[in-house]
Order: sequence, then structure tokens, then C-alpha cells
Amino acid sequence: MSNITIDVKEVTRVEGHGNISVRLSDGEITHLELAIVESPRFFESFIRGRLYSEAPHITCRICGICSVGHTTAATKAIEAACGIVPSAQTVKLRKLIFMGEQLQSHVLHLYFLAAPDFLGVGSVVPLARTHPDVVRRALRMKRLANDLCQIVGGRHIHPIAYQVGGFTHFPTSAELRGIKSRLEEARADLRETVELFAALPVPDMTRDTEYVSLRSMRDDEYAFYDGEIVSTRDPSPTRVADYRLRVLEGVRPHSSAKHCHSPHAPTYAVGALARFNNNHDRLHPRAREVAARLGFQAPCSNPFHNNTAQLLEVVHCLETAIELIDELLTAGVRVEPRERPRHFGRGVGAAEVPRGVLFHEYTLDDRGRISDANLIIPTGQNLANIEADMRCLTPTMLRDGLTPEAMTQRLEMLVRAYDPCISCATHFMDVKWE
Amino acid sequence: MIPVFDTSCPVAGRSGEPVGAKLAAGTRPRIAIFSLTGCEGCSLAILELENELLDVLGAVDIVNFREGMSERDWNIDIGFVDGAVSTPHDEAQLRRLRECCKTLVAIGSCACLGGVNTLKNAQPQNEYRGYVYGEAARHFPTADARPLSAFVPIDHELPGCPLVREEFLRFVKCLLGGRPFRLPSYPVCVECKRRGNLCSYERGQICLGPLTRGGCDAICPSYGRACDGCRGVVSNEALKAFGRNMRTQYDVSLSDVLERLRLFGAFQESALP
Repeated sequence: MSNITIDVKEVTRVEGHGNISVRLSDGEITHLELAIVESPRFFESFIRGRLYSEAPHITCRICGICSVGHTTAATKAIEAACGIVPSAQTVKLRKLIFMGEQLQSHVLHLYFLAAPDFLGVGSVVPLARTHPDVVRRALRMKRLANDLCQIVGGRHIHPIAYQVGGFTHFPTSAELRGIKSRLEEARADLRETVELFAALPVPDMTRDTEYVSLRSMRDDEYAFYDGEIVSTRDPSPTRVADYRLRVLEGVRPHSSAKHCHSPHAPTYAVGALARFNNNHDRLHPRAREVAARLGFQAPCSNPFHNNTAQLLEVVHCLETAIELIDELLTAGVRVEPRERPRHFGRGVGAAEVPRGVLFHEYTLDDRGRISDANLIIPTGQNLANIEADMRCLTPTMLRDGLTPEAMTQRLEMLVRAYDPCISCATHFMDVKWE
Repeated sequence: MIPVFDTSCPVAGRSGEPVGAKLAAGTRPRIAIFSLTGCEGCSLAILELENELLDVLGAVDIVNFREGMSERDWNIDIGFVDGAVSTPHDEAQLRRLRECCKTLVAIGSCACLGGVNTLKNAQPQNEYRGYVYGEAARHFPTADARPLSAFVPIDHELPGCPLVREEFLRFVKCLLGGRPFRLPSYPVCVECKRRGNLCSYERGQICLGPLTRGGCDAICPSYGRACDGCRGVVSNEALKAFGRNMRTQYDVSLSDVLERLRLFGAFQESALP
């Protein structure tokens, strides 16, 4: 067997650009890494000195896809640092816009990034000609998710009205009713979506993995907006404020995104599959029906099934959005002033953004200016775990006699299954035979 | 060192052709979208033109868009670039893109102004690298964040954080119709008044609307947030008038205004009077 070198330039975004490189010598892995070559941004550093109220506004610019997610984690952290308790209406509106972002992000990933792999094309562009109905359906669902974000926050990318202490703009009943009826109509699109993805073959792979996510201890919600830290290896809850007990960070020279490990494992995974493994009992009944029909059960430790978990979450989020709108319409949306800070101190906020649990931590000085910041990004938490998966997958691909081209594509699909920030990536790996 | 992906953007042999050459009649424009240092929200905003995307795809050829497709071609009529230049690699990449693209368009505040990335420029480099990466800081080269126009000539700029989707569409229509494209030359206040918003100053906020380029339809004041100047200063006249009128009338301190102007890199050498 000759030596094999797999080099993938710009494989997939991890807050930007990442490269895969694998060296095989006589069937042994001599080198394997997922290098993160994204330009470092230094948000944690340059946000120091800015006013507390600017934290969500600035840090949502970390990521265009999960902008609402960063806004949420930052707002919750700042509110914890200021002793602010948001109103019940504020929390409902936040959960509603959060459902919009999950929908938009998962639809984008499933249709635009994952599906081309299975349909044998390079991107969604050729699909627009060969499968116009599929592309139109994807665009229709994405538009709906964005319109949902727009009526609550002003826009999806870098929301405006979502601020510390409350909202500065409120959706009208007519807007809420309009979105609700579109969400109900979208159930037909959802059924088609489930049919499409249920028919796609999921590569086989299992690796014993610790899955970390939030789980609500206060109510029986599937945790997105709130919860405490749990994992499949340690289901005892840890308060978000003590996140450093569960999330341990380190810097690797080949990655401008920090790597993470847990007290229980050298690597762990976050994201839709982690949420499913820890919270499957709390999925919306309609999502559980889909899971049962697909024969998809927890615990699942096949990373390729993150796509399946996202599919279930699309169903869950659409149904939850309808319920939230019903609650808002019943109570009637009132114009409320924002809550003011009571003091300035330290605060941690977390949210289950599309790619997994996100932590923001801020310390404020006595004038309300940020003196310290620490942000833990989901994709950063997954990096070491993706490498571990690649190490596990590569020998089995060799054993199965896959061609270097097929191995390259399978590795790319693995990275893509984690949905590392938007996107990019489709197929541009070079495999060199030495 | 972070490996540099040399093969990602080859220097295409296009130097013989004039930059920004007009499209040949009857040909479909070859479009590409690239990202440097930023959140890629502007590329994503283009994908959020869901209702118009299929029409756009029917009129142009997308030949290179790393975020959404694997096909990559370097013979490009119009290249859109989001993100700022903040590393030596960004700069090398941008210079190559200038070679590959007949027309180069900066999209979003990062590409046009430097964006939020420029906040780090106010801190010593060793400090911000060390704060984030500690001992390992030496592995991560960086430089001050700058807009694209600090390095190469840019043919058009579509500012905003994120870019304004309607403005992008208007640009594409001008392109296809062979018409000139111009940004609005009036401040955000014009659109804000037209929308009937209560002036942010009357709510006790500092708003950069009077000196910021319009075209966003005053989206932030309409949703209850004062303008942060993400589309850049519209003119020196507006800057001066702002100093004369708003600051004195509403007793706003210069340092507070400058802090706001720094947020998206809109602060320019011509300081407020």
C-alpha cells in the first residue's frame, strides 16, 4: 500500500476557514489535523472598555449565521452581571426569534450544504436546474424563518430590537398572525423535507463520545434558551455560571479556534445530536413522531446523524414557534420599557445555538464598562472531537478499501455533518498519492 | 505558523486586461463572492434574498463562492468581497483577487470601513493577542484591521453591517442594465424622517444618523436603536454640520460621539470640528 496524503484547503468554516490534512503510511496514520486558519478576531480583547449594553450588539458580529445566538448568550451574560431579570414577555419574544434562527440555520445546512453531497452535485446551483422544486421549498422555508426573525428583531443578521433588559420594538398582532398562518402552511414543506432526508443514506460510524448540552431543570422544555450543563457521561447538572468546571480550554498551534476538553473525556461534542441525546424526551410530540418513524433513537453516537437531529429540531422549532405565537397572541403583546441594571459585576450566559452550547462571560467595572470577557464557541468545542472522529473513521475506510477520492469525500462529509459555521465548503479536497 | 492556503486563489493571467472592463454585450456576468476577516454575514445576506435568488441565478453565473459551492473558477467579471484585511494572508489574498476580478466590489462595513474589527487597532498588538491566546500568541500573526481600499483600488462599495439586501439587488440590476450605480449622498435622517420616526435625540440617545450615509431606510432607528454609523460618514459637510448643530443643541460630548463612530470604523482623519 502506498502512502496517502489528504490535504483539504479551506474545508469548511469554523468561524471561517479550516483545512484537513491526513498522512497515511502503510495504513498507519502518521499525521492528522483539522487546521483552523481563520483570521483571529480578538473580540474578547477589543470589547474591553465598551459599555455593557453594547456587548450583544458587538459580539453578534462574530457570526452572521448565529447572530441571534450570540445576541442571546451575550444579553443573558450581561443581564446576569447587572442583576436584570427580563419580563415574561421578553423571554417569550427571545425564544420566538431563537426558533427563527434555528430554523433558518438548519434549513440552510440541510438543503444547501449537506444535501448536495447526497445528490452528487457540487452545490445548490445545479440543483436549481435539476431539482427546482426542492430549491424553491428550501428558499421558501428559509424566507419564512427570516421573516419570523424580522418581525421580532428587525432582521435576522445582527438583530436590532433585541437588547439588554428587553425589546425596543414589538411585533403587532397582525404580524404574528401572518407568520403563524405561514408556519402552519409550512407543515407541508416540512413533511416533504422529512421525506427527502429520510431517504438519504447516512454513513455508518460509531464512536463512544461524550455529548454535552444544556438541559432545563426549571421546566420540561427542550433546552435552547435556558438550562444547566449536562452530558451523556455526567447527567448531573452544573450551573451555567460554573461552566469552567465542565469546559476546559486549550490553545493548539494549528488552530486559531481554541480546543476544548471536559473532566470526563479528552474530547466532547456539542450540537443538535448532543441536544437530542440529552433532551430527546422533551422534543415536541410531532418531532418525536418523526424520530419514531425514522427509527432514530438516543443514545446515538454516529456523528453523521447530527443531520438527522437537525431535521427533528426543524420540526420541533416550527411547532414551538407556533405555540409561542399563540401564547403571545393570547396574552397580547404590550410595549414594555427595558429593565435597568441594578449593579455591575460578573455574569455568564449560555444558549443552545444551532451548532451547540455557546457561553459568554463578562466582568463589568463600576461604571458598567467591560473589563474582562471570555467566549466559548460551539465549533471550538467540537474541533478536537472532529479530529478524534477522523482518527476513528480513517482506518475503517482503509479496511473497506475506499479510494482516496471516496475517503476524501467521506472526511469532508464528516466535518460538514458538524455544520461548522456556515458553510462554505463543498468538495475541494486534493488527495495526493506519494 | 498557521498554514497559508496558496492554492486557494491562483494568480490568474489577466493582467493584460483592463480592470473593471465593461461586460461584453450579451454575455452573462461571471460573479464570485469571497470573505476575508469578518462574520460572513454579508455573503449570507445575499443568500437571504430568497425571493429573488433564483431570478438572479437565472441572469448571472456564480463561478466561485466558497461558502455555498465546490465549483471554483478564477476568471471573474465581478468579485464581491466581505470582511476586512487583518492578517498578512488577507492582504495577499486581496491582491490576488484584484488580479482575478475585472470589477472588485467591497460589501459590508468590514470591507468598506474595517468594521468592528478596527476596535482592536486601538490596543497594542501584544496585548490583544496575549489576552486571547496567552503564551501561544506567537502562532497567530495579525495586523491592524483595514478596509480593502487601503490596499488595492476598489470599484464599488456597498456598506452596512450587514449589507442592505435591496441595495445589493439594485447594484445587480444596474450591472445587468449597464447603468451607473451610485450610493445615496444624503444622511440616514432623510429616510428616518420619511418613516416618521421620533428623533433618537428626543429620546436622549446619541445617534449618528445625521452624518451617516443613507440607503438603509433607517432600519436601526425604526427598530428602536440609534444609528451607529455602519454605512460610513456621508460627507465632510455632514460631519461639520453635526458638530455645529447636534452636539451643541443636545449637549453631546465629543468623546461619546467618537466612541460611537469607532464602532464600525467610520471614524475618519477629518475629526469633528
